[in-house]
Amino acid sequence: MALNNPIAGLNKIFDNRIRLGVMSILMVNEEISFNDLKQMLEVTDGNLATHMQTLEESGFIKVHKGFIGRKTNTTYSITKAGEKAFKDHIEGLEKMIKGVK
Amino acid sequence: MYHKVLFMTEQNQHLDALHDIKRMMQRSSRFISLSGLSGIAAGICALAGAWFANNWLQDYHRAYEQRGYSGAAFRDLEMNLILLAMAVAGLAFLSALYFTWRRAGRHKVPLWNHTSRQLLWNTAVPIIAGGFFLLIMLLQYNEWRLIGPGCLIFYGLALVNGSKYTVSDIRYLGYCEIILGLVSTQYPKHSLEFWTAGFGILHIIYGFLMWWKYERKTADVS
Repeated sequence: MALNNPIAGLNKIFDNRIRLGVMSILMVNEEISFNDLKQMLEVTDGNLATHMQTLEESGFIKVHKGFIGRKTNTTYSITKAGEKAFKDHIEGLEKMIKGVK
Repeated sequence: MYHKVLFMTEQNQHLDALHDIKRMMQRSSRFISLSGLSGIAAGICALAGAWFANNWLQDYHRAYEQRGYSGAAFRDLEMNLILLAMAVAGLAFLSALYFTWRRAGRHKVPLWNHTSRQLLWNTAVPIIAGGFFLLIMLLQYNEWRLIGPGCLIFYGLALVNGSKYTVSDIRYLGYCEIILGLVSTQYPKHSLEFWTAGFGILHIIYGFLMWWKYERKTADVS
């Protein structure tokens, strides 16, 4: 975990608003499709796909490929590691805010 | 001095991030565009339906006193009331949908999304199960005394179940409907009055409260 800020538990991967948004959504939804994510975050296909790949490579999310009829339906869910990293990140944010006051 | 300013902007960034997280969690798990006006509209539909039902029941009772019991007249009444109930449910749903569609437009969120699908599904399950149960009770077992209370109870359960996917205040309306339904089992002769109170009056009160609490300030920005 070289990317972690050793002081606060902040995670570089979550510096990006879209990735942070994806993680927030996955924290409260068991499973969510690519299209729903796209709709909620108001981003383009390509942009979202890149960020999803980064999150997947970090082991924070799981990808499930399925079909609805003939159309592919990709859904995502959060992993244990993802949940922990996200919680640490929020705690980090809180610490940073409190620390400055 | 410069250091302090740098610190402040960083702090604001962190606050923004937390704010974003909270917003995304809420937006992605709850359909918050459900409008109070929808409740009021549904309540008015129910009142209109109850007015028709009351008239038909009175006509039936008058005929009963003058000409005595007729199986055909009773079956007609039963069928008309079922159709009326379905029409009222349909109209109430459509009018409720209209105001919610308007509000979703103002929030710039689509009416048909992940959260509204979840809300619809989770309220539909108790309602459809209850609907079939009541129809079987009425048509197969000829048991009409528990239809009114049954409507209220199943609807209340649907609202409590759906409250996890929308404005959580709606669960209080659900509790009230359930209690009203249970109480009304003790007064089978006043079934229609209880039904009217539950679907008409409670909806209007709830709708007004919700509108007052969440929409009043933004209502003129249409």
